Amino acid sequence: MSPQPFSSMRGFGVTLKQIFKKPITQQYPEEKRPVYPRFRGRHRLWRHANGLEKCIGCSLCAAACPADCIRVVAEENTPTNRVSAGERYARIYEINLSRCIFCGYCEVACPFDAITLEAEYELSEYSRDDLIYTKDMLLAEPVKRMPVADRDLFDTPIPAYKASS
Amino acid sequence: MNEPWWIDAVKAFVIVNVLLLTFAYMTLVERKLIGRMQLRYGPNRAGPRGILQPIADLVKLIRKEAFYPATAIEVLYISAPALSAATALAAFAVIPFGEGWHVGDYYISGQVANVSIGLILLFALGSVGIYGFIVGGWASDSKYSLLGAMRTCAQLVSYEVSLALSVLGVVIMAGSLSLVDIVADQREDWWFAGPQFVGLIVFFIAGIAETNRAPFDLPEAETELVAGYLTEYSGMRFGLFSMAEYVNMIVLSALCVTLFFGGWVGPVAAIGPLWFVLKLLAVLFIFIWLRTTVPRLRYDQLMAFGWKVLLPVATINALVTAALVVAL
Repeated sequence: MSPQPFSSMRGFGVTLKQIFKKPITQQYPEEKRPVYPRFRGRHRLWRHANGLEKCIGCSLCAAACPADCIRVVAEENTPTNRVSAGERYARIYEINLSRCIFCGYCEVACPFDAITLEAEYELSEYSRDDLIYTKDMLLAEPVKRMPVADRDLFDTPIPAYKASS
Repeated sequence: MNEPWWIDAVKAFVIVNVLLLTFAYMTLVERKLIGRMQLRYGPNRAGPRGILQPIADLVKLIRKEAFYPATAIEVLYISAPALSAATALAAFAVIPFGEGWHVGDYYISGQVANVSIGLILLFALGSVGIYGFIVGGWASDSKYSLLGAMRTCAQLVSYEVSLALSVLGVVIMAGSLSLVDIVADQREDWWFAGPQFVGLIVFFIAGIAETNRAPFDLPEAETELVAGYLTEYSGMRFGLFSMAEYVNMIVLSALCVTLFFGGWVGPVAAIGPLWFVLKLLAVLFIFIWLRTTVPRLRYDQLMAFGWKVLLPVATINALVTAALVVAL
């Protein structure tokens, strides 16, 4: 088989055999690959168990953001309108997802574990204005749950603030 | 047994339409087959299993903006793709599909035109088709187009010589240039692929070079020449050139089947077209298989191969065949 050109003919056998093997493509919208547990997808604001928001409007996340895409305007909590668990709450909290680089610095900077990055990555919209997520959009549950990989396969335990609520 | 002219017209209409449909679905078959050979699916989103993909491509091409360069020579630029496509389609007029059927009072012969020099007609049409490529490249008035057209035409002209010489053996053995007679001769004897296997190999390799298919597709290699003579074409004109190239490939496969593999000859003669189509699909599969497997030849390797290897082999094949036919 070794003299040229006969040794080149072995390539034809390889291509022919491949026709009968099952393709290794993953058909995307039907089968989604599970993301790793600490995947940095869309942001989410959390509440305490009693319904009060964890975010108190300190703007540390806005300060840490390298892309400068978070806008926080704080407001005092009044006895009649108590939104968060501290003295202030974030009246306006907006993240511009077209500027966000999904680095996770806001999650690291937050002292109250109020903002985390979850697994949702299907974030396309039809206009740029729709990509500015307001506070209620961020507080809400994600609409589609992306499959997350089995946590036992990864060696770092999940921190407590992500495991609940 | 005089065939009225309108039967020929109907046959021509049917053949051209079937050919266009075959071309469209050939693009899909090629993409899916190449995908399977590369362990992936081909296009499978447009319609179930991708069946509507050629329609989607067609609509896309029609809706594209048909610009053209301001300094292009208008008449030539616009008519070049039409010329290539027309000659490619016209070549199917002489290829026999079956032995002829009697339907009612009429006799329907197996081909559109029984020309006694059918083989020469086919080569002549191919050469006129080359005009389409070079005129298109030159009339675009752009250096990439011109270089691409020059390279394409040099390649096509060189391999045409070997192509014509390789069928000389078949012609000598059959004693006629008419394709109908060649197929009839294969009906009694062995198919010419047996005694003329050297001719078959030379014909096949020269045929791949004639139709700009891999591994001889340097003129279309995007990395070398942008798109060669196709650079300044868009929209449906590009579609016409693309169609000319694919239909050339189908014509060449049909010619290969007719000359070497017996055309429509099969166990049951009445369904000749079916055997023809099956053999045609087998040859087209080999074209696609080659495209997936083999890398591209460099231009000087291509020209050296055509002139220094293929031409002597084809000539010697013709001489030996002639000597044996006279001696036996």
